[in-house]
Amino acid sequence: MTESNVPDNRPDNVPDETPELVAEGQEQIGTREGMFGVRGTGDTSGFGGLVRPVLFPAPAKAPYGGWYDEVAGALEAAEPSVVIDRGEITFHVRREDLVTVARILRDKLSFEFCSGVNGVHYPEDAGKELHAVYHLLSMTHNRRIRLETSAPDADPHLPSLVSVYPTLDWHERETYDMFGLVFDGHPALTRILMPDDWPGHPQRKDYPLGGIPVEYKGASIPPPDTRRSYS
Amino acid sequence: MTTTNDYGFDTSEGRVFTVSGQDWDQLTDQLGEAADERIVVNMGPQHPSTHGVLRLILELEGETVTEARAGIGYLHTGIEKNMEYRSWVQGVTFCTRMDYLAPLHNEATYSLGVERLLGIEDDVPEKAQVMRVLLMELNRISSHLVAIATGGMEIGALTVMTIGFRERELVLDLFELITGLRMNHAFIRPGGVAQDLPPGALEEIRGFVELMKKRLPEYADLCNANPIFRARLENVGVLDLEGCVALGLTGPVLRSTGYPWDLRKTQPYCGYEDYEFDVQTWDTADAYGRFRIRLGEMWESLRIVEQAADRLAKLEGAPIMVADKKIAWPSQLAIGSDGMGNSLDHIRHIMGESMEALIHHFKLVTEGFRVPAGQAYVPIEGPRGELGAHIVSDGGTRPYRVHFRDPSFTNLQATSVMSEGGMVADVIVAIASIDPVMGGVDR
Repeated sequence: MTESNVPDNRPDNVPDETPELVAEGQEQIGTREGMFGVRGTGDTSGFGGLVRPVLFPAPAKAPYGGWYDEVAGALEAAEPSVVIDRGEITFHVRREDLVTVARILRDKLSFEFCSGVNGVHYPEDAGKELHAVYHLLSMTHNRRIRLETSAPDADPHLPSLVSVYPTLDWHERETYDMFGLVFDGHPALTRILMPDDWPGHPQRKDYPLGGIPVEYKGASIPPPDTRRSYS
Repeated sequence: MTTTNDYGFDTSEGRVFTVSGQDWDQLTDQLGEAADERIVVNMGPQHPSTHGVLRLILELEGETVTEARAGIGYLHTGIEKNMEYRSWVQGVTFCTRMDYLAPLHNEATYSLGVERLLGIEDDVPEKAQVMRVLLMELNRISSHLVAIATGGMEIGALTVMTIGFRERELVLDLFELITGLRMNHAFIRPGGVAQDLPPGALEEIRGFVELMKKRLPEYADLCNANPIFRARLENVGVLDLEGCVALGLTGPVLRSTGYPWDLRKTQPYCGYEDYEFDVQTWDTADAYGRFRIRLGEMWESLRIVEQAADRLAKLEGAPIMVADKKIAWPSQLAIGSDGMGNSLDHIRHIMGESMEALIHHFKLVTEGFRVPAGQAYVPIEGPRGELGAHIVSDGGTRPYRVHFRDPSFTNLQATSVMSEGGMVADVIVAIASIDPVMGGVDR
C-alpha cells in the first residue's frame, strides 16, 4: 500500500497496516475504497476508510480436464494464462500471439464461429488497461471458449482478426469507437455508433456518463453518475 | 458553391438529386449525357426499422447494385454505459429497451448471465424458468409476426402486414396481462421473474393458442404458393452456410441454409431440454426460406407455449424467485384502492412489525446486491439469432461492463454480400429477410 492511494479521510480507528488480502495467483485489477460513497467529514459510518482489492478469479493449473486440455495443448506455444470460472474457460494471450492463436483455434480446433469482440477498460490494471474479449464457438464440437487479450492505454493497438473472422469487421469498429482500441490491419477502422467527429471514447471508465440534475417537487435529483454510489 | 436548376444541384461531391418516388424519369432526363456514370443513392426509408436510423448507401449501375453499405449508429442511446451506473436489477429495465421487438429475450440473457455470476443458476425455481420459456416463446411469435408483416408490406403485400399486426396485438395483450406492459417489461430479473401469473392468465394463453392455430394457416394461404410473393423472395438475398458462419450470422438466416443450429437445442437454457419441439430449417438459403422458417418457428413456439401452460397449471402457488432473501426483491406488487404498489402485507410488516425488515428492504432496493467478481456469457436463441450478454462484475453493486452481442448488429453486416450484384428492389427483400431491429443494432 503506497501513500498515494490511501484516502486522506481515514478515520482514526482504522489500523495503519492493511493486511495482505490478495491470495496467491489471484489477479488484482483494481481497488475499492469506502462503502457508501460518502467522503470527508460527511462520513459518519467509518466505512469511508475501507480499502479492498478487486480480485478476479485465479488462473487454473494444468491439467484442466476434458476437452480443455486439447485446446490448451494446441495453444501451448502462446503460453496462455487459463482461467476456468463458473463453467467457462478463458484463454488470456499476449496481443502479439492473437492472430496465430485465432488461426489455430479456427483451423485446427474447429472454432469456426466468433460471436464478436467486446472491450473492457480496467484503468487500474497497469500496463494492460484495455482488454479485448472474444467469444468463440465451435459448432462442430458444441464448445465455447473465451479469448482475452490486452493492450496498455499508452499503446492501444491490437492486431485485427477480421482476416480470420470476417464477422469482426463491425465488432472491431464498435470496440474502437467505444474504447479507442486500434485494430491494426482492419480494412476500414472508423467509428460506427458515434458520429464521425465525436471526441473521446464513451465506454472508457474515464469518460463521464453525463447528464443534468432534474428538479422534482422542489428537490434536485442529481444525474446518475453523481448520485451516491454503494461501491 | 452550388448552382441549382429545376431538379438537381451541383456540389463539391458531384450532382445531387432528391428522388421521392414516381419521378425516376425526371432523374434520367436530368442526368442526360452523364447517364452512364455511376450513381450513389441513399435509399430509404423503406423497412419500418429504417426510418431515419438505418442509412443504406447504394452504388448503382442502371438498376443493378454494384456496392451496398449500411450506415448505422443513429439510434445509439448508450444503454450499456447507462447500465454501469445502476444496480444489477435496474439493468434489466435498460436492456429490455434494446431490441424492442424481443424485450424478454434481452432480459433473459442478461438475467441468465447475472445468475451465473451469482452462482444461483440451479436455485432459480422451476416456475420462474417455465414462465420465462412461456414469455420468450410468445415473444418469438410476436417478433416473427412483425418480421413477416413488415417484410410483406415492403413488397406490397399489405394484407400480410395488417393481419401480422392484428395477431401481434393479441400477444401484446397477453404480455400486458402477465407483465403489466406491452413492451419494456423488465419482468425477467436476476433470480426469477417479477410477478406470479395473474388469475385467468392460463385460460387466456390457451385461448390465444387455439386462435393462432386458426390464423397461422392464413399466412401460409396468402404467401406460401403465391406466385408474386415467391417471385420476389426466391433466390434473393442468398447467403450460404460458409458465408453465414464467416460473417457470424445466426437465427433464421443460418437455418435457411439447412444447418439446424438452434441454441435451444444445442445449448439449452431455462430448461428448454424438457420441451418437445423441432428446429426449423430450409435448404434454399434465400429470403423465401427465411420466411418459411419464421412461419414454421411460430408453430413450434405454439407447441412450446402449450407445454409450458400445462406445466404452469401444475405449479400454482410455487415460488417465482430464488429463496435467497439477499437477492430476491423484498416486496410483491398488489393493487390497492389508490392503484398499484407494494402489497399491504409487506408494508405492514416493514412499517409496523420489523425494523430489520425495513432496513433490509431499504438496503436491497437502494443499494442492491453484490455480484462476485468475474465474467460470464450466456447466449440464448433470440428471434433473430444468438443473443448474448458479456457481463463483467468487479464485485460491486453495479455491472462493471455489460456488452450485448445483438444478432441484428452482426446480421446486418451481410447487407452488402446479400445485395451486391442484384437489383435495387431486391435490396429491400434481402434486408427484410435479415429482420434487423435498429434498437438492438445501435443499443
